[in-house]
Formats: sequence, structure tokens, C-alpha cells
Amino acid sequence: MNHPAQAAKFIEDEARAHWHDESLWFVRAKRDKAAQTLPEWEQLREKASQIKEHTVSHLADYLEEFSENAAKLGVHVHWAKDGDEHNEIVLSILEKHSVKRIVKSKSMLTEECHLNPYLEKQGIEVVDTDLGERIVQLRNEPPSHIVLPAIHIKKEEVGELFHEHLQTEAGACDPEYLTEAARNHLREKFLQADAGITGVNFAIAETGGVVVCTNEGNADLGTALPNLHIACMGIEKLVPRARDLGVFLRLLARSATGQPITTYTSHFHGPRSGAEMHIVLVDNGRSNLLGQAAFRRSLSCIRCGACMNTCPVYRRSGGHSYEATVPGPIGSILAPARDTEKFYTLPHACSLCGSCTDVCPVKIDLHHQLFAWRQKIAEQGLLPFVKTSSMQATSFLFRHPKLYRFLGSVGRRIAACLPRFLLYNKLNPWGKQRELPIIPLESFSKQYKKHRKDHDQ
Amino acid sequence: MPTVGLFIPCYVDQLYPQVGMATVKLLEKLGCEIAYPEQQTCCGQPMANTGCINETRPLAQRFVEIFKQYEYVVCPSGSCTAMVRCHYAEFFTDEKSKADYELVRDKTFELCEFLTSVLKVDSISGSFPHQVGLHQSCHGLRDLRLGSSSERVEESYSQARSLLEQIDGIQLSELSRADECCGFGGTFAVSEEAVSCMMGKDRIADHGQAGTEVLTAVDMSCLMHLDGLIRRDGTPMRVMHIAEILAEVV
Repeated sequence: MNHPAQAAKFIEDEARAHWHDESLWFVRAKRDKAAQTLPEWEQLREKASQIKEHTVSHLADYLEEFSENAAKLGVHVHWAKDGDEHNEIVLSILEKHSVKRIVKSKSMLTEECHLNPYLEKQGIEVVDTDLGERIVQLRNEPPSHIVLPAIHIKKEEVGELFHEHLQTEAGACDPEYLTEAARNHLREKFLQADAGITGVNFAIAETGGVVVCTNEGNADLGTALPNLHIACMGIEKLVPRARDLGVFLRLLARSATGQPITTYTSHFHGPRSGAEMHIVLVDNGRSNLLGQAAFRRSLSCIRCGACMNTCPVYRRSGGHSYEATVPGPIGSILAPARDTEKFYTLPHACSLCGSCTDVCPVKIDLHHQLFAWRQKIAEQGLLPFVKTSSMQATSFLFRHPKLYRFLGSVGRRIAACLPRFLLYNKLNPWGKQRELPIIPLESFSKQYKKHRKDHDQ
Repeated sequence: MPTVGLFIPCYVDQLYPQVGMATVKLLEKLGCEIAYPEQQTCCGQPMANTGCINETRPLAQRFVEIFKQYEYVVCPSGSCTAMVRCHYAEFFTDEKSKADYELVRDKTFELCEFLTSVLKVDSISGSFPHQVGLHQSCHGLRDLRLGSSSERVEESYSQARSLLEQIDGIQLSELSRADECCGFGGTFAVSEEAVSCMMGKDRIADHGQAGTEVLTAVDMSCLMHLDGLIRRDGTPMRVMHIAEILAEVV
């Protein structure tokens, strides 16, 4: 896994990289407009941040409260320590009901646990019903963004894909036509489904209810038709009280897409009459993050995707370049917590511009956490030898000012007379697309000394 | 007359002496007593950004030792100032060194910040008849809050811009993306070369469409990266550190 190499590959198609950047910047700009309509925006962010920090620091209590209240509503509550356990629990529920066909609304958690391939291996059909999710599912690839899973795909490519799978007209790429085709295709799947799986945006400790936000109403249809609803959630999705939703729902859609609120905000408080409802609460590394002060606040994330839309690196390298379930700034914090060695390039795939921190609706100090990850990566000896040894040498030099000034002066003199081919070659990534600075003969300290002399005379 | 310990970033010392000298000239004209402690080298930011904490610690400690004697510490770089202000605390744990650090932290200023907040410069008389594009360097903007950032809902302000606006004949560019990162990012510029250069080119294109002749910033590191791209591509634009513009007109 190597972000720089994947990013360079993405940028090779320059026109496409620009298109990707512009598409996501458009979403960021919409978000800005929506945020500007609320003079109390910064207060809302602060409030949301405080609620989440409070919840996370009392997580065990709120989880117990939630599970008790959910059980009172007639919900079957399950606990999974990791992705495997989560998948086994879901499968056992499905087997009990002899389920063969599932419709699933958007859920990054089930992506994280790789539920689809697991169930498919057992001969169960899983259909993602969010349009973007369905597109990437038909392409047999993971989502490239947590809110806009197919943002990396052009409408012409969707046209080709639908022509192949949904028998739309060849060459047709009108978004309305394609959406209609998907709608008809999905309706069949909804009607055939034996169970509906949803994610969870918010779980309310006080009531035991869960809230699912979608723009397509697919979670509603997927839970209204089949008689079995399984809601899968990470344990960090809790809020203490129903009234806290007033803070988060105002922030979520504005941050995600610039909408005042998602088209559908569905509250599930227990099963429909005659139906069965299960909630699977998954840890999968979250309590490990909870135990690390530097990264704890990453558990406040409400998965709005705003940090991706604003990240200048994400926009120009694409979600798949991160090779992690959650890409972008927040993903670059979560992924190394799971496997530091595998994902060690992610915290470095960042210019530390801090835009993510300022855009985050729950005020996660994202760029500081990425900075902190770099320390952990170095501590664990995962940095390439070239990087650590050059930093050791430079640090030594900077501790010896006379040596630093001497070598600086010698270095400048040598660099000034080197022929171009020695300065610009494969060993110098700076010079691939950029000129080096024009080397001055005298350093500042030398010029300053002269200036001082003139001045003092 | 305030006495100022000049904190000149290592790469400015070695590669952009004119920026350091412009800072000297500017501060002297504004009546400051200047000292440049010869012992200084680097604040340690390259090591810190790479995660090499053991290589950063001694540099942070010697920085505080060197600069604690001055009334003010002024630096023509938002990024290096942010290193001292936002990332040094962990290196000073015992009471004495912590107190020394906090003293230095509270009197260390980025140049424009020092001019506007301490010296309260509010009228510059000279003229600079050019169209200038101000690149909002990220660490100055989002770590030091030298200006409002486009992500937040707050009153719009920029200390650097407010200084430039005082200059006669100057025209300031209006960008389509007000404060997007240039892609320098320290070692990021090399380790993520492809993304870094694309980011830089996009910034330059935005300044190009806005009519920028002179591209300026509070950080020479952003400008070093952008200038490298400008010169390679033959873009009709030149870079000047904001200290150079101000020193020329004051």
C-alpha cells in the first residue's frame, strides 16, 4: 500500500483528475453556502463537539442505557467485537429466517466489515440500494467516498454499466433516464427481498431508537417491505438524548452536501408490528482508539465526508488511492489505527493545510491527529531508512551552528556550479516539474553581518 | 523602541537572504532595535512533520534558550512561527523549562502579525503599482489565525491583506478559491510529488485568471514551490515575499 504511487497514477489522467477535483470542490462550495446561512454555525460545531466528547467519555454507560431501552422497544440487541463477529451475527439472524435476498441501504460499517462478500459466499444475494452504492457494486469495486460512493465515475461510464447490467439503451447517459432505470431495477429487488439491512447515523441512548438519514428513501422502503430489519452500527454512533439530534441533523447534511437536511430522516423505535428488528453494535477497533488520547476525538466523526470534499489531496488523488474503507483525512486517522504498517503512508498524504479541521462539523482536530500519527509511525520504526537517517543528519547539523553555516556556504557554492543534469535527474523529485531556487552566493547571516557593520559605523 | 530577536528560517538564511534583509530593513524603518542571534539554525519543523520527535526536541530546546532574552521574537514565516507556537509544548515538561517556553511562545510573532498587532501599523505611504495576488499560507491562516479561513463562519479579515491594502497603486487579485493550499507541505512536496505539483499548478492558474503579476505570501516556502513551477512553465508571474513588498514601499 503506497499512497504516493496510487496518487501519481490517478493524476496521470490530468483531465480526469481536474474533473474529480472540480466535482468535489463544487460540493465544498455548496457546503460553504449552506453553512453561511446559519450565523450560529460555529456555536453548533462547538456544541456538537462537546456532546460527542461527553458521549465518548461515558461510552460504556450510554451503550448500556441504549441497549436496555432498545430491548424494551422489542429490538434484539447484539454485540460484536470485530468485523468477523459482526458478519457471523448477521448471518445467523438471516439463516434463522431462511433469508436468500437482502436489500441494504448505505452503511460504511458493513463496508468496513466486508459483509457483502461474506454473505455472497453463503449464497445470499445482497443488493445495495443507494444509487451510488449500486453503481460501485455493479462495477465490483469499493466506494471511493463515504457519502458520494460513485463520485469518481462519469455519467457516460454509468450509461455503459447500466447498458450492460440493466439493459438501458446503448450510449444513453442522461442522468434522469439512468436513475429511472435504476429505480425500476431496484424496485424489483425491494419487492423480492426477505430482509433489509441499514446503517445507523445516530443511536439515542435515552430512547433506544436509531436514526437513518438518506436522500433516496431507500432505507425506508428496505425496512417497510421485508419483515426483518437489521441495523448495523459502530459503537460511536451514540448521542445521549433525542434533543441532541437537533444539533447533529442541522450539521450533517449541510456539511455533507450543502442541503439543509437529508431528504429522509427516518426514526426507528422498535420493530413494525409483525416484523422483527435487530441492532448489531460493533467495536472493531473503536475501543482501542478510545484508549488513545491523541486519537480519541476521531470517534466523534459523524461521517459527513466534508473533510474529503475539502481535502486538496483527496480531491486530486481519488478515494481509491487510500486503499482503505474510509479515505481522506478521517480515513487516514482510522486506517493506521487498524494496521499501522499497512497504512503508514496515509498520515503523510497530507500537506497539513488544516482545511479538514476547520470544515469538520464536530471539530475533530484532524490535521493535528495526522501530525500525531506521524510520530507514532516514526516511533514504531516504520519510516523508510532514507527519511529517518536524513532527519537524524539534518538535526545533527542544526545543533551545530558553525558546521551548519560552513556546510551551507560550501553547499551553495557547489550547487551554483553544478551542471543541470547533475541537479535535475531521477534522484531529485523536486526537479521533476519544478526549478530549484536560484542559489545566492551569500547567506542571510553573512549579509546581515555586513549590514550591521555599516549600520554601526 | 521594541527590541526584536530576529528568527530567520534556515531555508531563508541559506536560499532567500533578500527576504531576511527585507525584514531587517522593514523593522528598522519602523523603529525596531534588531538583533540576529547567530546561534540559531532551524526550529525543527521538518523533523517534527516527519514524526521524528527525538530529532526535534533538542532543536526546540535550543530555540527557547537562544530567544528567551528578547522582548519580541519576529519571524517572516507563518509556518515556522506556528511550529514554535503550536507544536513545542510537548518538549518542555518540567516547570522551569515550561515557563521559559511559554514566555518565548507568547512573544513570538509572524512578521505581519507583529506589524498589525504589536506595532499597529495602519498607514503605509509608499506605492507599489502592480496587481498582487496574496497566497494565504495555511499555517499562518489556520494555525495562527492571521486571517479568517473560508471554511469557518466568521467575519472576514486578513492581517497580511490589511497591510497590502494600505499601499498606493496596488491592486489585489480576487481568487476563485480564496485559501486553498499550494501543496508545498514540507517533505510532502517531495514524497507526494505528483499531488504537490498539481496543487501548485492549480493555485498558479487561479492567480493567472485573476490577473496576478506578483504572487506574494507570508511564507517563502510556499513561494519557493510555486516559483519553481512558475519558472519551469514560463508563466508570466513573479514571486515576492510580503516583507520584500513592504520593505520596498515603506
